[in-house]
Amino acid sequence: MKQAGMTAIGLIWRGAAPRAKAAFAALSVLLLLGTGGAEGALAAGENPSPEIQAEIAGLITKNRKKKKEAAVSLAKRGDPMLLSLLLALREGSLYVWNAGGADPEVVIGGDAVKRGDQEFIPLFTAYGKTPLLNPKGEPVFAPADQLGEVRAGRLIRRAIRPYISSLRSSAQLISADPNLRRAAATRMARLGDPNLIPILQKALASEPHWLGRHAFEEAIALIELKSPNAPIRRSAARKLGEIGSLNSILDLKTLAGAVKGSPGDKDPDVRRAAALAVESIESYQSWTSFIDTLFRGASLGSILLLMALGLAIVFGLMGVINMAHGELMMIGAYATFIVQGLFIAYLPESMFGFYFIMALPAAFAVSALVGYAMEISIIRHLYGRPLETLLTTWGISLVLQQAVRQVFGAQNVDVKAPAWLSGGYHLLVGVQFPYNRLFIIGLAVVCVAGTYLFLFRSWAGMRIRAVTQNRGMSTCLGVPSRRVDARTFALGAGLAGLAGAALSQVGNVGPDLGQNYIVDSFMVVVTGGVGKLMGTIVAGVGIGGMNKMLEPAMGAVFGKVVILILVILFLQRRPEGLFATRARGA
Amino acid sequence: MKNAPISTSLEQKLGGAFLVAAALFFVVVMPSLNAFAPPGSVLHISNFTLNLFGKFLAYAILALGLDLIWGYTGILSLGHGVFFGLGGYCMGMYLSLAIGVDGVYQSALPDFMVWNRLKELPLFWKPFYSFPVTLLAVVLVPAAFAGAFGYLAFRTRIRGVYFAIITQALALSAWLMFNRNELNLGGTNGLTGFKKILGYSLDSVGTQRGLYIATALVLCGAYLLCRWIVNSRAGRILLAIRDAENRVLYSGYTPSNYKLFVFTVSASLAGVAGALYAPQVGIITPGRIGVLPSIEMVIWVAVGGRGTLIGAVIGAIGVNWARSYLTSSFPDYWLYFLGGMFILVVHYLPDGIVGLARDTYAYLEKTKGKLFRTAPAPSVDPAPAMTRADRS
Repeated sequence: MKQAGMTAIGLIWRGAAPRAKAAFAALSVLLLLGTGGAEGALAAGENPSPEIQAEIAGLITKNRKKKKEAAVSLAKRGDPMLLSLLLALREGSLYVWNAGGADPEVVIGGDAVKRGDQEFIPLFTAYGKTPLLNPKGEPVFAPADQLGEVRAGRLIRRAIRPYISSLRSSAQLISADPNLRRAAATRMARLGDPNLIPILQKALASEPHWLGRHAFEEAIALIELKSPNAPIRRSAARKLGEIGSLNSILDLKTLAGAVKGSPGDKDPDVRRAAALAVESIESYQSWTSFIDTLFRGASLGSILLLMALGLAIVFGLMGVINMAHGELMMIGAYATFIVQGLFIAYLPESMFGFYFIMALPAAFAVSALVGYAMEISIIRHLYGRPLETLLTTWGISLVLQQAVRQVFGAQNVDVKAPAWLSGGYHLLVGVQFPYNRLFIIGLAVVCVAGTYLFLFRSWAGMRIRAVTQNRGMSTCLGVPSRRVDARTFALGAGLAGLAGAALSQVGNVGPDLGQNYIVDSFMVVVTGGVGKLMGTIVAGVGIGGMNKMLEPAMGAVFGKVVILILVILFLQRRPEGLFATRARGA
Repeated sequence: MKNAPISTSLEQKLGGAFLVAAALFFVVVMPSLNAFAPPGSVLHISNFTLNLFGKFLAYAILALGLDLIWGYTGILSLGHGVFFGLGGYCMGMYLSLAIGVDGVYQSALPDFMVWNRLKELPLFWKPFYSFPVTLLAVVLVPAAFAGAFGYLAFRTRIRGVYFAIITQALALSAWLMFNRNELNLGGTNGLTGFKKILGYSLDSVGTQRGLYIATALVLCGAYLLCRWIVNSRAGRILLAIRDAENRVLYSGYTPSNYKLFVFTVSASLAGVAGALYAPQVGIITPGRIGVLPSIEMVIWVAVGGRGTLIGAVIGAIGVNWARSYLTSSFPDYWLYFLGGMFILVVHYLPDGIVGLARDTYAYLEKTKGKLFRTAPAPSVDPAPAMTRADRS
């Protein structure tokens, strides 16, 4: 059984693209929080070729026909560096400038600046629009009346218009935003114009980010796939297979003749190459979906773990069945909402991103306070009667729910994600880890580590354990057991608040938030074994992972039901949970 | 609670007479007042009220079963909504098929199946053409389900809060399942649009009155059954399991068998309650199955007084009456009331209304003599007061 599983993984492994293997190595060292790839500005200011220079100079003419020819042939080049020139031509901000008796030069003018009663215009080069500098290295401003406008009539404007949009895409190929660059490549691939290949190749050479390079390679190969030349088509198909191009699978299948109603390519070699490429992309796909499932399992597991952690303390250490645990999470989520509102109302917009950082301690504090109040007013009187606490805390949960519903309304409230939690980290082509999920995984790790350190390495934690193990003896030795109880309960409640704040980033925040999770959290605690932190961790991650693995096969609902059955069967073998404490009684 | 006598003194004293009176009231007096008292008179009971009480009495049957397992055996089940739902759905399937071709789509299939583009009746629906089979299923399906679940749970001595949590998870998953259309039970909308039962129209006042009387009679029967179980030898072992399970085990009994038995009986009672509920309310949905309704059932028993069968009945009727009053008059405060009840009853009334009545009765008994001696006391010597009054 185990062997078969290993073999299956091995097969996927062998089929995976090299990048995937490298990436898996990266994954295994848990390099979770990385940058999305900060791109520097792309090289500009290089000199245009002599032909381009000649064509630009050709714009300085009174002959309309020649001017139009020059403009169109510039536009046809598809060189993104020429976009600003054409735009300037269209808008009438392209000028002829005689710099101190030298040859007249075509320049782009920026927005005019007033100095005294004269207007000065900053000048930019015609090719690439970089600021024009004088010998001292200062930007050049020319008096407006010394510049002659290169006029473009309606004919010229109309002639260059169709080229501008494709030039825009080419310009986006070298934009500073990696997402824009990728989108431009995809758009160009769809156009399928062979003239775009050299532009794409040039962009590919200067592309700093692997994901962008992938998109450019994919676009080039997709265009080449339509080439009339069979060997080019074949090598393009092979290339697409190599880079694991998920976007091209339909084209390749058509080419291979695997799609109904399409005979496939004329050339049998191309058909074969396409079929091979489809195969390798599909195996790559199964590999990425495997990683994806793993990640989503880890993500759900960490959410379950966050929720169950507080419960494990309250239930495991104190023996209190806190059915209002879910409502404490809800309070944490609403605390996040309030902190967000305060930031919007009282702080500048640039600070908004920090609200979530402030919301975490706020959520902890508010939930811990509510928990503390619950303990000293009600739960204190019910220790040792678990069924009674269950019913009482359920009652408290109903009251809290209704109170929130009356204050905030029955509708869900809108908790926005700060900018640094939106988007995601691209691990592989087709595998993106959203930052908010990564954050929750990180938060769960921090919370577990913090709880562990608190319980096992701190003075206060030792008192908690002492009271748990032998209340009478602890009291004799001077531990204020009542106070310790209240604080322990508050700690568990505070952890629930943290979980609620985290949940506000991935789910709806409404009065029913708690109800949706409470049963799951209890399942985790029961499976893990009461009173064992380790058990809670393993059970949380295990149930989360299993849930996500079953989900694609049988859907969310039946997956959940199967998990319940598995938990019951598991408790058959180990009634005390994964990590049993000393068995008491018979 | 641990020392609660097997049969309370109140029930013993008033027992017979009170119970017979209550049974007569629900079975004979209420329907008669509905049928014969002229509308407008003080004594008249409207069709609406009678129907409402039919629902309450159905709930009371379930509460009896819940009391049997929680009050007497000490096992808290938070999944009784599932058994209630199973019974309700069994009856619902019969009622849906009884509609015949009178549905909206004039098809032999229930409307929602036409809606879901089903061509043929699923196999598990077919037995429910027959009423006797339905009656059997109403009892046996929940029992079988509870039997299988209980066997797994009790065999490994999952008890106390663990059992409560597992049954709650059961309620959640059952609710999730019944919400799915794949189950062919109507999905979120449940089964509804019933028209006839055994050929009688469900819209007629007479049929509804008949259903009410049937419910009241079944409640009496269920009470007698539970009383019989509780007073039997097995009943004593149930109590013993509640108070000291390990001692029962060491005395040579097998507690898990007794628990399984009482869990199964309790589930059957819940199923019967569901089956009586469906035709009277006219709809059965997954909403009756979930976590919230299941735990609400527990509070009926807690309010009435666990470990006293009559308490379960009183609690079920009382809480639901309060519910229907509060949800219509103060819809925003019902949850506060329910939540407060959970908190207060557990804190201050661990034995519920019946316990309160019993304590009051016992207090009166104890102080009866004193009361008679002290009551006239002030009149014996009113002189000081009078003298003071005279002085001023």
